Amino acid sequence: MSLRRPILVALAVLPLAGCDLVLLSPSGDVAQQQSNILIFATLLMLLVIVPVMALTVLFAFRYRASNREARYEPDWDHSTQIELVVWAVPLLIIIVLGAVTYVGTHHLDPYRPLGRVDSDTPISDDVEPLEVQAVSLDWKWLFILPQYDVAVVNELALPVDRPVTFSLTSEKVMNTFSVPTMAGMIYTMAGMETTLHGVLNAEGTFEGRSAHYSGAGFSQMRFDVIGTDDAGFEEWIAGLRDGGERLDRDTYLELAEPSVANPVSGYGGVEENLFDLVVNMCVEPGRMCMSEMMAIDAEGGLGLEGLVATLPETSDRRVGAVFGPAPQYVAAICTEEEAMEAIAKREALPVRDRFATLSGKALPHGGQLTPVALPMTDASGQESEL
Amino acid sequence: MEMSEPISVHPIFGRLTWQAIPYDPIVQMTFLVVVLGGLGVVYMIYRYKLWGYLWNEWFTTVDHKKIGIMYMVLGIIMLLRGFADAIMMRLQQVMAFNGSDGYLNAHHYDQVFTAHGVIMIFFVAMPIITGLMNYVIPLQIGTRDVAFPFLNNFSFWMTAGGAVIVMASLFLGEFAQTGWLAFPPLSGLDASPYVGVDYYIWALQVAGVGTTLSGINLICTILKMRAPGMTMMKMPIFTWTSLCTNVLIVASFPVLTAVLVLLSLDRYVGTNFFTTDMGGNAMMYVNLIWIWGHPEVYILILPLFGVFSEVTSTFSGKRLFGYTSMVYATVVITVLAYVVWLHHFFTMGNGASVNAFFGITTMIISIPTGAKIFNWLFTMYHGRIRFELPMMWTIAFMLTFTVGGMTGVLLAVPPADFLLHNSLFLVAHFHNVIIGGVLFGSFAAINYWWPKAFGFKLDHFWGAVSFWFWVVGFWAAFMPLYILGLMGVTRRMRVFDDPSLQIWFGIAALGAVLIACGIGAMLVQFAVSIWRREELADTTGDPWNGRTLEWATSSPPPDYNFAFTPVVHATDAWADMKARGYERPEDGFRPIHMPSNTSAGVVLAGLSVVLAMALIWYVWWLAALAFVGLIGYAIYHTFDYHRDYHIPADEVARVETDRTRRLSGVAS
Amino acid sequence: MSTTADVATDDTVFHYEEEPHHPEGGSTMLGFWIYLMSDCLIFAILFATFGVLGGNYAAGPGPADLFELELIAINTSLLLVSSITFGFAMLAMVGGRQATMQIWLAVTGLLGLGFLGVELYEFHHLIHIGAGPQRSGFLSAFFVLVGTHGLHVFFGTIWLVTLMVQVQKRGLVEANQRRLMCLSMFWHFLDVIWIGVFTFVYLLGVLQ
Repeated sequence: MSLRRPILVALAVLPLAGCDLVLLSPSGDVAQQQSNILIFATLLMLLVIVPVMALTVLFAFRYRASNREARYEPDWDHSTQIELVVWAVPLLIIIVLGAVTYVGTHHLDPYRPLGRVDSDTPISDDVEPLEVQAVSLDWKWLFILPQYDVAVVNELALPVDRPVTFSLTSEKVMNTFSVPTMAGMIYTMAGMETTLHGVLNAEGTFEGRSAHYSGAGFSQMRFDVIGTDDAGFEEWIAGLRDGGERLDRDTYLELAEPSVANPVSGYGGVEENLFDLVVNMCVEPGRMCMSEMMAIDAEGGLGLEGLVATLPETSDRRVGAVFGPAPQYVAAICTEEEAMEAIAKREALPVRDRFATLSGKALPHGGQLTPVALPMTDASGQESEL
Repeated sequence: MEMSEPISVHPIFGRLTWQAIPYDPIVQMTFLVVVLGGLGVVYMIYRYKLWGYLWNEWFTTVDHKKIGIMYMVLGIIMLLRGFADAIMMRLQQVMAFNGSDGYLNAHHYDQVFTAHGVIMIFFVAMPIITGLMNYVIPLQIGTRDVAFPFLNNFSFWMTAGGAVIVMASLFLGEFAQTGWLAFPPLSGLDASPYVGVDYYIWALQVAGVGTTLSGINLICTILKMRAPGMTMMKMPIFTWTSLCTNVLIVASFPVLTAVLVLLSLDRYVGTNFFTTDMGGNAMMYVNLIWIWGHPEVYILILPLFGVFSEVTSTFSGKRLFGYTSMVYATVVITVLAYVVWLHHFFTMGNGASVNAFFGITTMIISIPTGAKIFNWLFTMYHGRIRFELPMMWTIAFMLTFTVGGMTGVLLAVPPADFLLHNSLFLVAHFHNVIIGGVLFGSFAAINYWWPKAFGFKLDHFWGAVSFWFWVVGFWAAFMPLYILGLMGVTRRMRVFDDPSLQIWFGIAALGAVLIACGIGAMLVQFAVSIWRREELADTTGDPWNGRTLEWATSSPPPDYNFAFTPVVHATDAWADMKARGYERPEDGFRPIHMPSNTSAGVVLAGLSVVLAMALIWYVWWLAALAFVGLIGYAIYHTFDYHRDYHIPADEVARVETDRTRRLSGVAS
Repeated sequence: MSTTADVATDDTVFHYEEEPHHPEGGSTMLGFWIYLMSDCLIFAILFATFGVLGGNYAAGPGPADLFELELIAINTSLLLVSSITFGFAMLAMVGGRQATMQIWLAVTGLLGLGFLGVELYEFHHLIHIGAGPQRSGFLSAFFVLVGTHGLHVFFGTIWLVTLMVQVQKRGLVEANQRRLMCLSMFWHFLDVIWIGVFTFVYLLGVLQ
């Protein structure tokens, strides 16, 4: 492979020698293998594409109306042999490509831990993969490195030839974590965690970005990926430790406010489990974590008591639907006292009459509610009846 | 972004305020041009007293031919709007380098690319293919109209209504800034609280009703109204591919309707279908919308595959090679269209087995598609190819589409897609197949059937000018995007850092300019042809030595299409009739039963647009009024039992004698 | 039906001298059937949505806490009986007994309204206790699936009244018979959908 590859690349991209086709000459082993499949598939298909295009031109020229020499058979419309060939040739190509796809898809599954560092080097047992927790926010990237207890916005240094395990999620809308030179891309989604394994095999500064449109600041949602040796990496970590404040829940919530083209900034320490809290959408204290909610749901929910487990949304980033109640969230309830307190708080807050909208009284915004008499607040009272 | 302030809902005006009128100079200029142009058109109509003519002969018509033409006009007008968006994007992307912010801010640019996608798919490609099918199918199968002529008129006006809603968003409020499929959470209320996404939802819902009904209508037409003798395996190939397209429409548009209903409930009622908390699931939206979205791709391309088959066969002067395998290939594509949707999001974190399954099913589609290309090739083989404009477009298609097909299969390989997904390579790929397939095919079809529709051919010179501008422009505009994609450049970007990319965007912009010239030349071609219609006139009704029944009648065909219902004995019915010395009957005409015109379609679609606008702007009283009016008028319409009339035998005889005279005029 | 069967085998005939008889509305039943299938697809999506979100209670109540099978049993019988009465109406139509048919249609309509009344009562009750469609993904999917069915019944009832008026005005003409056949298909279709709702949403929900 190592010898054949440059020739293949050269063949494919000869006319474009001047530009940096990162997808065809990536610097990470995973992307390299993906790229190999891309080139193989291209060449395989050219086996049929080139003849088809040549035949199109040839037939168009040869059988032009002015060429009275050429044979003309107006009623010839069937040939079993030709039919067999025209179905068999694409079929054979797809069988080969399908086999490559099946193997390649499993082999290069982003969830699968790496088996090698590059084509010549297997993974050695004593190397601990670097763990990176990535969060896409409006509109910047936050990287948490739990093994080093640091975090950084819009920049990521990776030690060359050390496998990296990315855990990814999103604060709000969907994005795609994409470092084309390293290992392709994967979506980040709120309330969910995705995984990507990759490794960088060369030093240098590469581009990483969100590759899934996510709103106004999307274009600037990029970061530098710095491939460096171990010493350089340690230095980078040390720089973060020295320079930055600590990333705790409050600083995270501040960071989560929408902003565009954030400068690189480091955090010298990270609150424990912050990434888990982000994944479970319970960074703000008092919210029930998704994991807890899913565990409760798996047991059949909280029953009618669960109807009082919600609290009106406090964040001004939530917008209430015009015919819905004000936005709510499910409160974290750990003790009986907390539950009682939650209920008490719930009654104290006004809830909007959803039909007030029709009369023009309501505001379709969670933050600012017009208190109007409502038919269905008194849930605790109702509950005792049932 | 400026919309994060709470918006109050006024009892009369809803959330409509003066702020809804865009202050942007580009939009204001466009508005001015549209208003002036509109006033000009109104004045001309008034001046030449065309109101009555337009209303009686066109707007209220149930004639499938006129409705087909109206669809085409709608598609071409919207092409101009969609293309204006494309030029704006190209300009922005070539400018926004070296720290420049370009000339479009994010709010504006994000609307432009969203509108471009929505308009090109729903209001350009869909009307054009629906128009073609409407015009051609009843003629090809030898019948007088579609199965439900009134429904046909209603469907057209619903599609036009959707286009009106999209256009209104330009001058009142905003359009969605979400990309053309409006994925939540971005399209949810928290991230997009203002009217943009609501415009998107209601435009698609109104147009979607029209599309679904039109699909049902055409399926019934093809299944129930074919001329005697035309068995399924004697149907013209365009009718076959259209049948498959309409099956796809009926079996996929309800999914779009349902998923948009769920999205609107999230936005209007606060349900939790696609929210991230409280038990919603945004990935479900992505799955559902692509379960519609992938068949949609084949809805667009299949009728044009039929066009290419008709054109290749006609201009090669030969029967279509491998008719039977063409039919089976089409049916296989139709079925497989439903089991490939996941290839649009291999990178969403699905398991390897799921990705491999959908990757391989996708590749399998390339087998019947490849077989089709070979069949066109062997139709040309041993033929006598006349390079008229439709054939030129077909050859350009074969050379362009194969490249697009190849890059499509590349994207279907999951490991490769992990690199290529959401890159400009993807953008280049789908423009490669949609322009190279759908648009080139539509242009072939327009040049091919224009003489049938209007009685004169299109000018060859300007057609060729347009052809070369389009083809060269296409390659210049999209090859750079393939290269940029391989350089790792993402789609939907507004500004760039790396100055080495600029040259490629420059070439792409140049290509877009060439395409603009191609569109201009096409409009000139129409104008010149209308001007020179006497010279270009076709009195035979069969200018290309055609093979199917539409060429058996006059150009343009009379209201009733055929004076006598034709009887079919072969796949190429008209070629068979000509070969065996068919003589056109010149007497013995009988009265012909036809459907009457009705204004119900215009009224119902108009009320639907009012309803949609009221819902977008939260004007509840108007929404209620429009809804009650809609239901009430629909019920009122069902009390009208007299929806047909007879064309007297004398009238038929007069029209047919007239044609006899013209035919003999050519002969002498 | 001018397709194949009646063609002269004489292959020198290229057109019919007489107009072939196209029965008025000959494609209507097929067209309406295809429409029903497209509608069925909408329900399929809503069922699938319920399948995906049906377990997402967001720490709220589940089906066993909320549904009262007695009420649903009443509802189900109302709708099933309405299908039978519609069948009686169609029998009367075929027999040409207009007055009898109108009575059966009226009974059908009343049963439909009864069904809607019970459903609205259930919805009102759920919303009243705070288990509205906004509380959880499960409740969103439930309200929309059941509500969409209810909306169909509502429009079916309006259609039914319209047809009763039209039959009263014009009698059992061919066009009216065709319309009644379409409504009959629509009504039975809603019955089939309801059996799915009853089984998958209510029964399986409560049994879980």
